[in-house]
Amino acid sequence: MIILKADGIKKYFSSPGSGFFSRSGAPVKAVDGVDISIEAGESLGLVGESGCGKSTLARVLLRLIKPTTGKVFLDGIDFFALKGRDLRKTRRRIQMIFQDPYSSLNPRMTVGNTIAEGIKVHKIVKRKDVRTRVHSLLDKVGLPPAAESRYPHEFSGGQRQRVGIARALAVEPDIIIADEPVAALDLSVQAKIINLLRDLKEDMGLTYLFVSHDLGVIKHVSDKVAVMYLGRIVELSDKESLFSDPLHPYTRGLLASIPSLERGGKKLKAAIRGEVPSPVNLPAGCSFCPRCPEATERCKLEFPPFVTINGGRKVRCWLYS
Amino acid sequence: MLLKVNNLETIFRMARGEVRAVDRISFNIKSGKTLGLVGESGCGKSVTALSIMRLVPDPPGKIAGGSIELEGNDILKLPEKEMRKIRGNEISIVFQEPLSSLNPVFSCGEQVREAIVLHQHLGRKDSKTEAIEMLRRVRIPDPETRYKNYPHQMSGGMRQRVMIAMALSCQPKLLIADEPTTALDVSVQAQIIELLQDLREELGMSILLITHDLAVIAQMADTVVVMYAGKIVEKAPAGKLFSDPSHPYTQGLLASMPGYSIPGKSLPVIPGSVPDPVKLPPGCRFSDRCGKRIEKCFNEEPPLFNLGDSHFSRCWLHNKEEN
Ligand SMILES: Nc1ncnc2c1ncn2[C@@H]1O[C@H](COP(=O)(O)OP(=O)(O)OP(=O)(O)O)[C@@H](O)[C@H]1O
Ligand SMILES: [Mg+2]
Repeated sequence: MIILKADGIKKYFSSPGSGFFSRSGAPVKAVDGVDISIEAGESLGLVGESGCGKSTLARVLLRLIKPTTGKVFLDGIDFFALKGRDLRKTRRRIQMIFQDPYSSLNPRMTVGNTIAEGIKVHKIVKRKDVRTRVHSLLDKVGLPPAAESRYPHEFSGGQRQRVGIARALAVEPDIIIADEPVAALDLSVQAKIINLLRDLKEDMGLTYLFVSHDLGVIKHVSDKVAVMYLGRIVELSDKESLFSDPLHPYTRGLLASIPSLERGGKKLKAAIRGEVPSPVNLPAGCSFCPRCPEATERCKLEFPPFVTINGGRKVRCWLYS
Repeated sequence: MLLKVNNLETIFRMARGEVRAVDRISFNIKSGKTLGLVGESGCGKSVTALSIMRLVPDPPGKIAGGSIELEGNDILKLPEKEMRKIRGNEISIVFQEPLSSLNPVFSCGEQVREAIVLHQHLGRKDSKTEAIEMLRRVRIPDPETRYKNYPHQMSGGMRQRVMIAMALSCQPKLLIADEPTTALDVSVQAQIIELLQDLREELGMSILLITHDLAVIAQMADTVVVMYAGKIVEKAPAGKLFSDPSHPYTQGLLASMPGYSIPGKSLPVIPGSVPDPVKLPPGCRFSDRCGKRIEKCFNEEPPLFNLGDSHFSRCWLHNKEEN
């Protein structure tokens, strides 16, 4: 059953370079036509390089910003059409975990109050039971009950991320959008948070959209993977096929770019040339074309469609149509 | 041997107590080779780099002991004036965040030229030609045009190339690269790794590569040093370290890498967390987190045991006399 669906999402921002005098600057196409759907209980990994629009897409799905066009459906209900009580009730169902647990926590609020806030707003339990509820959440994320009276700065990065997770879980969401939740953490801490997120998913039957630039992390946590480049999904596939047989030249290049423990001494050759161009004034054809080793004349001129091949895998590349 | 670091000790005197950021570490770097220094946040990697450059902020920091020999000369004994020459000419450093290390009001080309003028006695025209040559050397496309760009007009990868060009302008014997690719995207990281590998060969320099990313180390280093809470816990040729890690900490780190274990299964984790640097446990610093500890680990600090073939590990498990 599809729990979260995004249809034709575009989000354009007015160009930062257009300055004071010119109002006519081309818009930044942060997200430029994205369709995704996530099955209940599934973990969809969204991978891509900085500036490709991952976080903007996440913010649209959370209804933190309005898309330029497109719709988001939760269990078939149009998220952006909701108002008042219905909106509040639906908002609760989809929660976010951020990259930087420090800046996303209020430094002047105790951990207990931070977690209790959502419980009270959404009246998850009776007032007298809030504290017990906070304790059980702390326990779920592996923090002692005494943590409730302490402040964020008293915690390490990994512990703060646990607080952020407890806050997200406090309102009993169905869907968690995690935007680079382990990128700021050390390896040994990262492993613990990844395990925690995985255990919580099993225990509570959560659905994840897991945003990361780290293919190792994506490989570990996702069932399906969407690869994003310059505001568009260029490949969507089950995880096994994506890693064993990547289709899009961008996906292939990304996989070849990861430094590997097994390469042992052999030189790493950069597989993708150049850098992600600014999303203003994109080429008419495929936006990866200037960096693509397999680009042809057609790629420069015509925008490739998102085609389905090999039993449900999807790819946006002229090599496959 | 280009660089010999011997029992280097760097401390910070803080209100909370004394932090032994680098605690009697020793390692050597051969000419033309890359040494990888790896470990988690706060283990003393950057302080090691700053100590070699003699740029430890004093106070609160101080190099408290040991020696750093560059081609046989202990640079810790040099007066500051002599050290300044070493810093520009023999050893240079590239940091993680190229934007904050570049001056926003000068063009990138001018900054490279500045570095060249400082170290080579060239006139205005020659230094500019040389600067453009350096930009070309770090594979910046169209260097004549790029010369005029300001830092904010360049991408992260291009800025890192400019930083590398500046660091190489003095043709150093040793390049210290402190997390040179951490802020970059994977595709750009691969380009910078390739560039550093090529430049090392072209220029015959040595690299001290500092990173928390084991895979980057595996990709680039000839020798690897693993640090934990200010101490070296393992030191080995790269191939050896990754195929046969001997210290329980190194083993734990490698096992917890997400890309290398069975997807969907729990990642093996190292329990607990890094000790507070002002309250280090007695005995082995890793003892409270170690799955293989024995009684002795809590009381006595293990030495670096020599396992043969240039492989060293600081763990009582290697103690032949008792086992
Ligand atoms: N200027 C300073 N003043 C006080 N303490 C410092 C200073 N610089 C470093 N330290 C301390 O020295 C220890 C080692 O820090 P260092 O910066 O070398 O870690 P690192 O291994 O480079 O970590 P990271 O991976 O986060 O860069 C830490 O305990 C740190 O708090
Ligand atoms: Mg550092």
